[in-house]
Amino acid sequence: MISVVYFAWVRERIGLPREDVATGAETVADLVAELVAREERYAAAFADLTALRVAVDQTLTGFDAPLAGVREVAFFPPMTGG
Amino acid sequence: MGVRVQAETFDPGAELTAFTSAQSNAGAVVSFTGIVRNTPEGDLRAMEIEHYPAMTAAAISAMVDTARARWVLADALVIHRHGTLPPGDVIMMVATASRHRADAFAAAEFLMDYLKSRAPFWKKEITATGAAWVKARDEDEQALSRW
Repeated sequence: MISVVYFAWVRERIGLPREDVATGAETVADLVAELVAREERYAAAFADLTALRVAVDQTLTGFDAPLAGVREVAFFPPMTGG
Repeated sequence: MGVRVQAETFDPGAELTAFTSAQSNAGAVVSFTGIVRNTPEGDLRAMEIEHYPAMTAAAISAMVDTARARWVLADALVIHRHGTLPPGDVIMMVATASRHRADAFAAAEFLMDYLKSRAPFWKKEITATGAAWVKARDEDEQALSRW
């Protein structure tokens, strides 16, 4: 079970801030493919991966990152701090 | 070294005074304060700032550690707010202290560039005509390449 969290317009498009996902996905990209296959709102949120960033256990990484032992994956648009 | 992520407002002048007077081994203090910018039309009602509570402070602390490894810093302070802020409100500040000003300036700019594009905050502008997420600017991403 992995906690999947969403922020900003990704959260709005999917319609919830966090969910627990039972998955055997080996990488972030595999997890995205599983989510996209579920429902249209996920397909809409993940339509353009270049518009998204991902953090695995609170560390920024890429979509090819492995998920073995991971507890939390976060998806969000490019950050706008400062 | 201090990193604070908070909803409450703060007094940047008081923070800078306290930061400056705490330095015993520095010759220079540089600070930057960011405030909520109104739209060109002047119709901004509020800026909503969302963040990733489990990640934000640790990500900023890692940036401060990188800055300390790169420049000779006596001290550094980052304060960043989240929540719903009116136009003109203070959003964030960075202060750096060093023996000489070059390191203090460079570290402050480095921290600002990284806070813009690598700290997990997302801004949404609420105006008279609706709400829109602020888009990340290519210039902000490109600014990282100079470091």
